[in-house]
Amino acid sequence: MSGEAKTIRTTYREAIRAALRDALQRDERVFLMGEDVGRYGGCFAVSKGLLDEFGAERIRDTPLSEAAFVGAGIGAAMGGARPIVEIMTVNFSLLALDQIVNNAATILHMSGGQFNIPLVIRMTTGAGRQLAAQHSHSLEGWYAHIPGIKVLAPATLEDARGMLWTALEDPDPVLIFEHGSLYNMEGELAVDAGPVEINRAAVRRSGTDVSLITYGGTLGKTLQAAQEVAAEGISAEVVDLRTLRPLDTATIIGTVVKTHRAVIVDEGWRSGSISAEIMARIMENAFYELDAPVARLCSAEVPMPYPKHLEDAAIPQAPEIVAAIRQLVRKHG
Amino acid sequence: MAEFRMPSLGADMQAGTLIEWRVRPGDAVKRGAIVAVVDTEKATIEIEIFENGVVEAIHVREGEKVPVGTVLATIRGEGEAARSPAPAVPAVESPARVSPLARRRAEELGVDLATVTGTGERGAITRDDVERSAARVTRPAQPEKPSEDRQAGLRRVIAAAMARSKREIPHYYLGIDIDMSRAMAWLAAENLKRSVTDRLLYSVLLLRAVALAVHEVPEMNGFWVDGAFQPSAAVHVGLAISLRQGGLVAPAIHDIDKKRLDELMREMLDLVKRARAGVLRSSELSDPTITVTNLGEQGVQTVFGVIYPPQVALVGFGKVAERPWAGGGMIGARPVISASLSADHRVSDGHRGGRFLAAIDRLLQEPEKL
Repeated sequence: MSGEAKTIRTTYREAIRAALRDALQRDERVFLMGEDVGRYGGCFAVSKGLLDEFGAERIRDTPLSEAAFVGAGIGAAMGGARPIVEIMTVNFSLLALDQIVNNAATILHMSGGQFNIPLVIRMTTGAGRQLAAQHSHSLEGWYAHIPGIKVLAPATLEDARGMLWTALEDPDPVLIFEHGSLYNMEGELAVDAGPVEINRAAVRRSGTDVSLITYGGTLGKTLQAAQEVAAEGISAEVVDLRTLRPLDTATIIGTVVKTHRAVIVDEGWRSGSISAEIMARIMENAFYELDAPVARLCSAEVPMPYPKHLEDAAIPQAPEIVAAIRQLVRKHG
Repeated sequence: MAEFRMPSLGADMQAGTLIEWRVRPGDAVKRGAIVAVVDTEKATIEIEIFENGVVEAIHVREGEKVPVGTVLATIRGEGEAARSPAPAVPAVESPARVSPLARRRAEELGVDLATVTGTGERGAITRDDVERSAARVTRPAQPEKPSEDRQAGLRRVIAAAMARSKREIPHYYLGIDIDMSRAMAWLAAENLKRSVTDRLLYSVLLLRAVALAVHEVPEMNGFWVDGAFQPSAAVHVGLAISLRQGGLVAPAIHDIDKKRLDELMREMLDLVKRARAGVLRSSELSDPTITVTNLGEQGVQTVFGVIYPPQVALVGFGKVAERPWAGGGMIGARPVISASLSADHRVSDGHRGGRFLAAIDRLLQEPEKL
C-alpha cells in the first residue's frame, strides 16, 4: 500500500458502527433499538457512543423481550419509521420467531399490499467463541427458507459498512447476520466507502479448478484454504454469497460452469441447510457441467461443545477445506 | 427367454468379433433393431435382432471374438418376468463412474468411455481423463485403406466360398440375348418425368424381372441344405457389389418382388454405398436367396457365374449394347443384353432354367408392369 489516505485501518465492528451513524444522520426516521444498545453501548460494543450522539429517542434500550421489541419494530415500520432492531444473538431471535415469520414476512401479503415492512433486524450469529450450545447457532440458513424477508451475511468490511443503508432502503424486512468472530477483524476500508448492492454474490478470488462457495464467518477460512492450495497449483475460485435470500443462482452456476467442481463451506448444520439448497440448484442447473460430486463442509450435527478443541473440531476449518479441495481436484501432469 | 447368438453371416463364416453393443441390459428391443456391430473377415456388420423384448443380460464383451452360434445376449420376451436372482454372468463392464461433464465431453469428442481409465475419486472418469484419452487416440477414419490383414482375410473368405461352390455344386449354364429396346425406351421416357435425383437405372428393372421370374420357377430361389433343397417363399436378391480395394460382397435387397421401382432404386444405392463403406447388416449378408451379378459396366458380354452356396442359382448380366437384331426378315440395330443363368443341377434342370430365363425376357418386354 502506498500509504495514501484513500483507506483507513478499521474493524468490522467499527464499520458497522459507521454504517449505523451514517444511517442515523441520513434519515431522521431511522432509529436503533434493542437490549443494551444504549447505555451499555451494545453487547458487542457496536453501538458504543451512539446514545450520546443521537439521544435516547433514537437509541433505545428495550426490555428483555424479543417478541415485544421486534413486534414494536414492525409496528414502527408500518407507521412510517425506519427501525433498526438489534437482537443480541440469533439464539434469542427464536423468541421473536412468530413476529418475524408470521408478521414481518407476511403482512404485505395479508394486507393485500397495503402495508409493507421496511424493517431491518441485525443479529450476531455463529460459533467459535466458546459460548456453548445455546449461544453458538448459525441459523441464517433457516431464515433463508422464509419468503417475504431478505437475509444478508456481510463477511467483509465493505459489506459491514455498506449493506445497512441498502437494507433500510428496501421496502421489505431485511435480516442482517453479523458473525461474532468477525467483529475484531481488522483491515483497510476506503474512506469514502458507502452503500453496496445486496442482490449479488461476489467472487472474492478468481480461479479455474474448483469453486469454493461460502458466506459470513467462513469466508476468511475459505480464502486461506484457497491460498494454501494455490501453492500446489490448484486454482480455487471463492464465491462469497453475501445474500442468502434471495440466493444469487446466476453467480453460483456461473462459477460452476467455469470450474466444474464445487465445495460449499457452511457453518450451519448439514441437514436441510442452505448448503443443501445450493447443491440442489447446482444439480438442477449445471448437472452436465459437473466433473465431480459437489462437496460440502458443514458443522458437526451436535449441540456446539464448549471446550475450545471440541468447538474447533465441530466447525469447518481451513485444513478440512484444503483436504476437500485436494480430494476433488487431482492434478494430472 | 430367447438367446441372441452370433449369427452366421455367410456360409464361410466361422467366428466374428463383437465390436460394439448398441444396447445395454434393461433396454427394450424391437424386431429388426440393430443391437450390435460384428466384424467378420468380410466387413463390419450391424446385427439385427429378431425378437421383441428386453435385454436381460449380455454375455460377450466388446472386442471378444467368438464362434458362430455363441450366445451373445439373452432376451426376455414381452410379458416374461425378469429372472429373479441377478443373472449369473455379469453384464459388460461399463464404466459406471463417469462424471456428467466427462460423459458430455466424451460424446463431443467421440471418445469411447470403455477405453478411458478413470483417475477421479474411486476410479471415476473425469473430464481430464476423457480429454487426455482423446488427445492420445487420433481415431483412424473409416477404413478407407483397409489393412493387408483385412484384404487377405476377405480374399480367404471368397476363396473358401467359391472353392466350396465349385467342389460341391454341379453347375449348369444357360444364356439368352434379350432385346432391351422396349425397356430402355420406357426407362428414358420415365426418367424424363423425374428429377435428376429420382432417376432410375436399368439395373432395377433387371432385379425386378429376376425376382418376378422366380415366382414362375421357384427352384431357383432358396438353399441347398443337408442334401435337400429348401425353397424360399421370400425373394431376397443378393446383389454382387465389387469393393474398391478388391473382392466383393453380395448383400440382399429384401422382398424385391414386393417393392416398387422407386423404393428399390433407393435401397440399391444405399446398399452399394454401405457395402463399400463396410457397414452392412446381418440380415443382408445371411438372407440372399438368389444372386444377381451385373458386369455390364466392365463391357462384359456374357457372365459365367459361380453360385454362392448354399444358394442354388445366380443370374449374370452383361452390357446393354446395340447389336444387329434379325426379325421379320430384316436386320436392325437394337439395344441387347446377354443374360446367363448358373444353376444347381441337383435342384433344377436345363428345361426349368430355360423357362426361368425366358420369363425374365418376357418380363423385360413389358417394363411398365415391373
